[in-house]
Amino acid sequence: MIGTAAMPEAEAITFRNVSKVFGGVHALDAVDFSVGAGEVHCLAGENGCGKSTLIKIITGVYQPEAGAQMQLFGQALPQITPTLARKAGIAVIWQDLALFAEMTVAENIAFETMLGNRPRRVNYAAMRAKAQAALDRLDVTLDLDARLGTLPIAQRQVVAIARALVSDARLIFMDEPTASLTQSETDALLAVVRTLSMRGVAVVFVSHRLAEVLEISARVTVLRDGKLVGVYPTAGMTQSRLTELMTGKTFDQVVAARDTLANPVVLQVENLSRRGEFADVSFSLRAGEVLGLTGLIGAGRTELGHALFGMTRPDAGVLHLNGRPVSLRSNREAVAQGIAYVSEDRLALGLIQPQSIADNTVLSVLRKVTGRTGLLAADRQRDLVAHWIAELAVKIGQPEDAVSTLSGGNQQRVVLAKWLATEPKVLILDSPTVGVDVGARAGIFRIVRALADKGLAILLISDEVTEAHMNADRILHMAGGRIVGEYDPRQTSIAALEAAVYA
Amino acid sequence: MRNFLRAYPTEAKLLAVLILICAVLALTSDSFATLGNLTSLLNNNAVNVIWAVGLLVVLIAGGIDISFAVAASVVQYLCVYAFAAIGGGNWGIGLLFAASIGAGLGLINAFLIHQFRIISIVVTISTFNAFFGLLMFFSSGRFLYNLPSWWSQRVILWEHQSPDGTWSEITLPVAVMAVAMASTWALIRHTTTGRQLYAFGDNAEGARRAGISIGLMQAIAFGWCGAMAGIGGLMQAHITKEVVPNALVGRELDVLAAVVLGGARLGGGRGSVLGCFLGVALVAVTQNGLNLLGVSPYAFKMVVGVIILLAISTSNIDLAQILAPKRKGRE
Repeated sequence: MIGTAAMPEAEAITFRNVSKVFGGVHALDAVDFSVGAGEVHCLAGENGCGKSTLIKIITGVYQPEAGAQMQLFGQALPQITPTLARKAGIAVIWQDLALFAEMTVAENIAFETMLGNRPRRVNYAAMRAKAQAALDRLDVTLDLDARLGTLPIAQRQVVAIARALVSDARLIFMDEPTASLTQSETDALLAVVRTLSMRGVAVVFVSHRLAEVLEISARVTVLRDGKLVGVYPTAGMTQSRLTELMTGKTFDQVVAARDTLANPVVLQVENLSRRGEFADVSFSLRAGEVLGLTGLIGAGRTELGHALFGMTRPDAGVLHLNGRPVSLRSNREAVAQGIAYVSEDRLALGLIQPQSIADNTVLSVLRKVTGRTGLLAADRQRDLVAHWIAELAVKIGQPEDAVSTLSGGNQQRVVLAKWLATEPKVLILDSPTVGVDVGARAGIFRIVRALADKGLAILLISDEVTEAHMNADRILHMAGGRIVGEYDPRQTSIAALEAAVYA
Repeated sequence: MRNFLRAYPTEAKLLAVLILICAVLALTSDSFATLGNLTSLLNNNAVNVIWAVGLLVVLIAGGIDISFAVAASVVQYLCVYAFAAIGGGNWGIGLLFAASIGAGLGLINAFLIHQFRIISIVVTISTFNAFFGLLMFFSSGRFLYNLPSWWSQRVILWEHQSPDGTWSEITLPVAVMAVAMASTWALIRHTTTGRQLYAFGDNAEGARRAGISIGLMQAIAFGWCGAMAGIGGLMQAHITKEVVPNALVGRELDVLAAVVLGGARLGGGRGSVLGCFLGVALVAVTQNGLNLLGVSPYAFKMVVGVIILLAISTSNIDLAQILAPKRKGRE
């Protein structure tokens, strides 16, 4: 079980009345922010709420408007520069970590010793000693001579933290640190953070997925539209309450679940197993049903999704589609059988970012928009794209614009359009709201619900219990590769479900 | 030994292949493993190694340079006229002049790449054409033979007569090669600047955020490559005793292939001086062996092409992964 870090005794940084205006728009409006020495703090808010602007002001990249009061470690400062912030001990670990894959762990950690424009002799012994000392402070053992690229993401994150310690960081910002970690890796990271906190180094988690982080933090600062919503103790804070604070909307707590048990079964899964991924999974998915599949990261949800989509082959078990047994040898067969899969990694796997919205939409159905000549028929393509843009209410400029110009929520709609164009019977949605603002999520789920109403069978994979609870008709709980429970959202409270999943 | 295998897997594999080929050649041809043959291999390939270590620095920094061989020709021409103008010169002046002009040409590449944010392959293909065009225009394609005597006279550093009466010797280009290798090694392994070059080639954005000066990195990489190109050009003219404007065109690809063969990564961040030497050596030994075995010279390029393909495609296969027992889970 994760313990909560101690409440702060002294303030590490104190910022008052911080504003920043870009082109007449208030990116930050009179925000106060403070972190105690050795405190673990959460900075929460939707994309565009001003989180990154605030960090950039604290690290001296941006200068705030006049009237701001800034204190770093007890010292009031009229102005902060990046050099000053670094010297004071403020470090930021961005999500991409900014490490060097071809270099050794030691070089990555003690990279600071190699900076400067004037060439100096590299002292490998001193560099290794520095790296080792930083790892010792974290109570972590890593092979100093291993090439960084051979390490899993979680260990690279430790390397990034150790690098910050080498430059004597006393306050470390971590941008979405748990986004790509499994549960055990997250636990290991949190153990490192606890060690840091005990040694007096403050850590600020910047995230909008806070389930694990909430438990270790003492306080959470919530920003919305550039304004401070408030600073709250995390004791008693739930994800759903935090969501309300971040969006300013009270999401009606009415669960959308309906009784679908009378509907015909579309997909029947019996005793499906794949070694090391999932075991003995059985469930049925009905027409017009939204079946939630939740559990912690690493529970085997995505792996199960891949197997149902024919991307991996199960070792044992049977799939029935509309009553007939099917064996999927590839995802092409799955598509032909009427199964569609929306990947959790929308940026890399779901969309071809530089290509146009139109091209992305027809990508999965190129055969349908081919004319008699065997060449792509522009008019069929245009009709299809227009149909889906209207159907899913995608907000776009021109269908010819690159997908990368769209917001997360609208990109997700394009991915949906791409798969709906294949006219599937079963739609697997893997974490459809990752990177989508809380506010835009409601729109996505309205579409999901409408699709179910038209008879589509939907498997909704999500690690956010609230999301599954609000939007699914039934919920399966997966842990350690097995289905360990089934819940009816109408009869189970969010709190009870959260307790079961995060136990 | 274990550390060497771990830090330089490509180099270790290459070394094993080179030893194997040498062993086969020593057994099948009685003229391969002679002192005379091995020293002449060294003398004839010294210039390639000088160019290779220069290009290595650019590859490590994540760039590529197509223009250096033509730049070497430009340096040769300018050298001939400059030495004539100052009434002769000597090796000291010659090396300094060739390295400076070469570095200057390299800095033109660096400036264009950094200032206008154009990728290095496009810039250096352009400067390749520009340098070559200017050279042909001003030289009208004329060969130059009026080299000062210090430049065209062979400098023998060591010689030895075998019992059968044949002479073996080590000449000046080999010593220059050794210095080029040692200084490049010192730069990339043992200076902070060298490690910054690796970091920049590995993750340019990460390097920029860490506070590394990107412009300086480009200048050092292309400047170093240019200086080595100039020195290599000086040595090449020393060997051939003439300056021919189009003699070096095409050599850049041979050198590039050898450097990549030696484990340098085209994306940046990886490569070693030892690998450069081994890469050049493998190609040279193979050609030499085919020659001694009486294979038609027309087949050389084909065989060398196949070797490079084999070496590069197998270097992506991790033997440990194939031999390890199948583990659970994906991959």
